[in-house]
Amino acid sequence: MGRVVLVTGLSRDIALRCARLLADQGDALGIDKVVGVDVTPPREDLGGVKFVRADIRTPVIAKVIAVEDVDTVVHLDLGPSHGRGAAKELNVIGTMQLLAACQRVSHVTTFVLGSSTAVYGTSARSPALFTESSVARGGTNAGFPKDVCEVEGYVRGFARRRPDVRIVTLRSAQVLDAGAPLAAYFANPVLPTVAGYDPRLQFLHVHDALEVMRRAVVDEGVQGTFNVAGDGVVMLSQAVRRLGRPTVPFPPVGFGTAARTMLRAMGSDITPDLHRLLMHGRVVDTTALRTILGYAPAYTSAEAFSMFAAGLQPGLLSGRGAS
Amino acid sequence: MTDDHRDVPLGTSGRAGRGSQGGTTPSSAARSLAGGAARPPRRPGEPAAGTGAGRPRLHAVPDDATAEPPPTSHHSGPQEPPPTGLPLDEVLTAVVAAAQRVLGDDWEARLARMLATLRRRLSGDYEVDDFGHDPEVAELLVQVLEPLAEKWFRLEVRGVHNIPAEGGALLVGNHSGTVPIDGLITSYAVHRYAQRTLRPLAADLVFALPFVGETARKFGATLACTEDAERLLGRGELAAVWPEGFKGVGKPFSERYKLQRFGRGGFVSSAMRAQVPIVPVSIVGAEEIYPLVGNLPSLARLLGLPYLPITPFFPWLGLLGLVPLPSKWIIEFGEPVRTDAYAPEAADDPMLLFNVTDQVRETIQQTLYGLLVDRGGAFF
Repeated sequence: MGRVVLVTGLSRDIALRCARLLADQGDALGIDKVVGVDVTPPREDLGGVKFVRADIRTPVIAKVIAVEDVDTVVHLDLGPSHGRGAAKELNVIGTMQLLAACQRVSHVTTFVLGSSTAVYGTSARSPALFTESSVARGGTNAGFPKDVCEVEGYVRGFARRRPDVRIVTLRSAQVLDAGAPLAAYFANPVLPTVAGYDPRLQFLHVHDALEVMRRAVVDEGVQGTFNVAGDGVVMLSQAVRRLGRPTVPFPPVGFGTAARTMLRAMGSDITPDLHRLLMHGRVVDTTALRTILGYAPAYTSAEAFSMFAAGLQPGLLSGRGAS
Repeated sequence: MTDDHRDVPLGTSGRAGRGSQGGTTPSSAARSLAGGAARPPRRPGEPAAGTGAGRPRLHAVPDDATAEPPPTSHHSGPQEPPPTGLPLDEVLTAVVAAAQRVLGDDWEARLARMLATLRRRLSGDYEVDDFGHDPEVAELLVQVLEPLAEKWFRLEVRGVHNIPAEGGALLVGNHSGTVPIDGLITSYAVHRYAQRTLRPLAADLVFALPFVGETARKFGATLACTEDAERLLGRGELAAVWPEGFKGVGKPFSERYKLQRFGRGGFVSSAMRAQVPIVPVSIVGAEEIYPLVGNLPSLARLLGLPYLPITPFFPWLGLLGLVPLPSKWIIEFGEPVRTDAYAPEAADDPMLLFNVTDQVRETIQQTLYGLLVDRGGAFF
């Protein structure tokens, strides 16, 4: 009998691609069925994925797990959102319900959490590179970083209560796909920046993100927490120059309001927790990913960024840089 | 007790300056370090140097150090004698030389190269490392610092041979001067005289400040924390730390050249885990650049600063008060203290860490006394 994988947050692009990858390679990976849940059905083609309309914030999810005989849960329904209340509800309460359901069902043997490097926060007191054992030194008291910290806390609690379940936590850098806060930010024609700060940013290519998820699901020997990010860093100043987009520096005090007003005038928006990231940045160490999970990302941060940039409209200043 | 040695702190056995005085024999600091617990404690009468000739394993890192004293100055060119007063004519020639350097004979090729670099910079086509170190910006900053260090501060660098030519090392210096310019000048000296890139470890305040933190990262600095220090040293980089921190930079002018507590000895444990030598760096001259005569602690607390300085010229003269006074500087890189005689696990022995910390601190303090005598007047 093959495995049954449940993927949450199927309307998110990365979750759908992950579910489709697992379904497409199901025969080779020993996976019988991939079930995806979300409150809204995804717009794209589902392929071999079975979609179940269920809200993970309700006990319905326990029934889905029991009925479908799920043994592997891939929780990807985490993300920043513009509506703060709704995002928190989904991130934290959704995870709690999902874990409560998993704890009751004895046939769940694997839990993969698609977490974020936001768990390390961002501050001037942060070390240059975070390892998996580093703790956040600021910047996790609000917004998405706070949610991620709480979600990981609940997953650790679940790990204590169900030591027989294999738990893999993947702390990913931002994948620049539709819906990622930084992708939305970089798509604006003029970019607000914090005057006097040049953060170091890291990106992850979607190919690497999917491959790491696949290994986390399939490789029975893998357990623990892993940072997932492309090699190297891209400075924000470097990124905007490569995009050829002009910047407007705002003072750090009042940046949030000013940037939000400016971006809304351009028909876009900015999540509040991006403010701190644009000041101090965040870089993680991926040694554990290479040595324990045995995977080296195929794309560096700079390559992932340039592939993202190639899909954007050329910037106002890009004629100057291109030869 | 030893009343005749009142001037010299206990523990030096009456011999001031355990730095690279002779060259062939290791200093008492290095010997007692490498000997570890096996060696009996030194008797007070025993001389501090001269008994370690038959211990090649315990030699300081540059084994080929010659018997002659290390060159005291690495200046090249005609300005060899110690300058008396401000060398105004030299400042003038430097300005002329700088102008010629920019618009020299091959100015056309230079201009083309500059434009190409500018174009590359503007299109974002350059590399930075994980810490944010941008070698091109750092190189530019070193060139900006050159006239400040050489002409304004008349910097003299000693003991460059004590900086390892390759591999990791931790430079440990005294901190002073109200504004930590000594870190910049030390980085300049290492870059210019040892042809290596120094990675300073700076306080978190540096990275919280706008523009300062941004520039510091591009210059190669990173946060002074165990993780970053060990990562840099593990990569074979040359890291530098000023363990006195704000206690050293913000101390009153009346306490100049009196070393404060050397942190909690975290730098020793980092060096020991990475198995790299500790190079004591004694910096003379930084104390006089902004003589701190007063402090406004309550206003400083309000602004989130460790201290708010009052100098004879700041804030009275406004921006003009921010010009550092032209003191004479000497930076001496001392004999490396080896940590590879210990296992990396020795970093978990707090008593050993305290001992090594004290030895490094004492070495720097004694070297400072010697350098102060050598320097004579602070400004002329």
